[in-house]
Amino acid sequence: MTEAIVVETHPLDRIMRSDRMPHIFCPGCGIGIAMRCYGQAILESGIPQDRHVVVSGIGCTGRVAGYVHLDSYHTTHGRAIPFATGIKLANPDLMVTVFSGDGDLAAIGGNHLIHAARRNIDLKVICVNNFNYGMTGGQCGPTTPTGARATTSPYGNPEQPFNLPYLLAASGANYVSRWTTLHVRQIKDEILKIFAKPGFCFIEVLSSCPVGFGKSNHIPDGLEEMRLYRERSVLARDIPLDRLNIDLREDKPIYVGNFVNRDIPAYAPPQLAGSAEA
Amino acid sequence: MSGREVLTGRHFMNGDDACAEGAIAAGCRFFGGYPITPSTEVAERFSRRMPEIGGVYMQMEDELGSIAAVLGASAAGARAMTATSGPGLSLMMENLGLGVMLELPCVIIDIQRGSPSTGLPTMAGQSDLMQARWGSHGDYAIVAYAPSSPQEIFDLTIHAFNVADRYRVPVLILSDEVIGHMVERVVIPESQAIPRWERKRPPYPPEHYGQEGFKAFEPDASDLVPPIAHAGDGYRVHFTGLTHDPRGYPDMSAETHHELVTRLMEKIRRNAEDLILLETEYLDDADVVVISFGCTARSARRAVRDARAEGIRAGLLRLISIWPFPEQRIRDLAHEVKTFVVAEMNLGQIRLEVERCVGHPVRGVHHAGGAMIHPEPILEALRASAAQTAGRQK
Amino acid sequence: MYHEIRLSGFGGQGIGLAGYLLGKALSLYENLEAVMTQAYGPEARGGASSANVVVSENPIDYPFVQHPDILVAMSQEAYTKFRPLAGPEALVLTDADLVTPFDDDLVQAIPATRLAEGLGRRIVANVIMLGFFTQATGVVSREAMEKALTDTLRPKLVPLNLKAFATGYAYQPDIASAP
Ligand SMILES: Cc1ncc(C[n+]2csc(CCOP(=O)(O)OP(=O)(O)O)c2C)c(N)n1
Ligand code: SF4
Ligand SMILES: [Mg+2]
Repeated sequence: MTEAIVVETHPLDRIMRSDRMPHIFCPGCGIGIAMRCYGQAILESGIPQDRHVVVSGIGCTGRVAGYVHLDSYHTTHGRAIPFATGIKLANPDLMVTVFSGDGDLAAIGGNHLIHAARRNIDLKVICVNNFNYGMTGGQCGPTTPTGARATTSPYGNPEQPFNLPYLLAASGANYVSRWTTLHVRQIKDEILKIFAKPGFCFIEVLSSCPVGFGKSNHIPDGLEEMRLYRERSVLARDIPLDRLNIDLREDKPIYVGNFVNRDIPAYAPPQLAGSAEA
Repeated sequence: MSGREVLTGRHFMNGDDACAEGAIAAGCRFFGGYPITPSTEVAERFSRRMPEIGGVYMQMEDELGSIAAVLGASAAGARAMTATSGPGLSLMMENLGLGVMLELPCVIIDIQRGSPSTGLPTMAGQSDLMQARWGSHGDYAIVAYAPSSPQEIFDLTIHAFNVADRYRVPVLILSDEVIGHMVERVVIPESQAIPRWERKRPPYPPEHYGQEGFKAFEPDASDLVPPIAHAGDGYRVHFTGLTHDPRGYPDMSAETHHELVTRLMEKIRRNAEDLILLETEYLDDADVVVISFGCTARSARRAVRDARAEGIRAGLLRLISIWPFPEQRIRDLAHEVKTFVVAEMNLGQIRLEVERCVGHPVRGVHHAGGAMIHPEPILEALRASAAQTAGRQK
Repeated sequence: MYHEIRLSGFGGQGIGLAGYLLGKALSLYENLEAVMTQAYGPEARGGASSANVVVSENPIDYPFVQHPDILVAMSQEAYTKFRPLAGPEALVLTDADLVTPFDDDLVQAIPATRLAEGLGRRIVANVIMLGFFTQATGVVSREAMEKALTDTLRPKLVPLNLKAFATGYAYQPDIASAP
């Protein structure tokens, strides 16, 4: 019989709002893992904690803003990126991270996503892709694979999903990566990397949602999804971006890795020489 | 154009430009917008002026993004605004509610055009009044002003920023195409003469609040407004559109919800006297009073003066603020004056409010929009009202 | 004193700028109230372009020109469109080469465009017309107009425009130039 070990402190206490625990995430949910990676990266970033700001939209992933002990903004569905744009441009000294879900960022907020990438706004975006709308109960969304079941695609999803790295690359982002919640070290390292990289940086984190996507698609729990990640993740080398589509249900590779790393100058609002603050 | 922040002097300027200059004079350093007639000149002016003075002009991909960016900039401490017209205002509605809920000060100017839908893009309207007040979901209160000249757009834009900051509320300027595009004298004062009300900030540095942290949504009892901490100030605040407790944390309880929403309404209602701006003319001995605002109030003023010349004891109540509505003032007035005429370029939005206050139907001079109402139909309504009053007295 | 003034012509003649300059002179440099309005949208597209100025000693309530008592027409289309809206007794100024007035219409005509070409810049025809307007109407003083020009235009354009203004101001028209 194992005994629960209760610890008094946690290395991330400083970064998390422990007064808000327990969190709302379901058992087996991957969002907490991604959030932990973000917290660890903040801790290691060397950037004072008070210069980090996090902005979320709405969704399970969107709740992350409420758990990290930073200036944190839980906004409206889809609008995290423009809200964060306002913060960043009003105070360029801040390290502004957008932490939100696939539905929030790529469906209702999809227009903001591509335009912020096109402008190369200096934002760090962590997108938890669980292939469905978790918060509202497992509906299909912009990343749900064709044919996959969801509460609003009972006969299988008739649509084709976004290949997010391909979309972001085409839109103009400086940095685009994809990992799964199995790759905690890589996620943390990548977040550290994008903290240091100017411009629009996007990390897609594939994540389990056992009660939403998992339940309807024969991935009964988080552990099973982790097993899939372990068996099928392939570090993409020289894979054309348009071939990065994923379908957990099929015996196909899950391509992970860094796909775009370029140095287009980040957006800077025009300033005339001699202006008040230039 | 010079790089000065306050263009002190006398100008011949349209209302849209006067709005941008008022904002810049008020210290607005972030504009996020999406072009839409007839407000485009506001954005164009900002795009030229902001780079001169160290401000940010950001052209967003749509109005959903514009208002979100404005709220974000405000959260980071900037005075921020956007400009739009009917269709864009419709797109901003959800985040207008976010602004109310997060208590983020900002200014939205709506240069109204003939509506609904695409309506009359280049021609005037005054029909977004109820949308401004009720358009976002839920119970909420906002503040809205309706200027009647380019000079007043300039002055009210400054005032709007001050009110937004003092009460932590989005403030709308419900202007119209006539005022936005007409060119008139605008006198810009010395920069020291521009009034500035600062946001109320946390009284102590972050360390003071210790383990528990600063309660970002705990209001002062006096005005029901909580002090605001900005992104990067070190207070590590949490802002959420969910119902939240004084700490800012989500609290899904009916009690907290009732308390929060009631406070958000009350902070405007209780401070209404400070927020309401009216102009009156000849009210002392008036038998019939015209209530009007924005461009239509100019015709109303003409009609009232012409009626006086004909011996009709007419008066004018010009609503400089539309919201909060001057209920008490109109109720009081209704004790002395029995006859009211409401003149507005819509089919009865403010007339219904007036009727609610005076307790009986009143005469309306309405037009759905597209052309400014001429003084003549208002004068006609005054004559008809006067005849009626005379008939009643016989 | 109360005037409704309409300046009109075709797109590209600088009618809007002329209206702005006139309104500015009246509103800032004379002791008067003035409002300038322009048609936007569908009306403003197509041929005839116009700028409207209402000027008065008293605050102006209704800002639009309805029946101009002074009409400037720098194109035939503008003349044909707007002349009927002005009263019979309205003062009408035209570009002599570009407008053929109605048979019984007494207009004061100046070949503004031709004179502008003489100055080397066709584009200043509008300012030549303003000079002529100033002299012919007496609504605004020469000083106020020159100040509006000087304060509004880019410095390097000012000398040419002052010259254009003077040319129009000095021009002596043939009254009733109708054929
Ligand atoms: C305007 C609006 N439409 C719909 C919703 C309902 N809603 C809340 S969360 C959500 C989906 C979130 O999905 P995703 O971003 O993928 O986050 P997840 O819950 O999967 O982490 C939806 C549709 C909303 N809150 N606002
Ligand atoms: S519904 Fe899915 S995404 Fe949401 S908390 Fe549960 S497992 Fe996570
Ligand atoms: Mg999701």
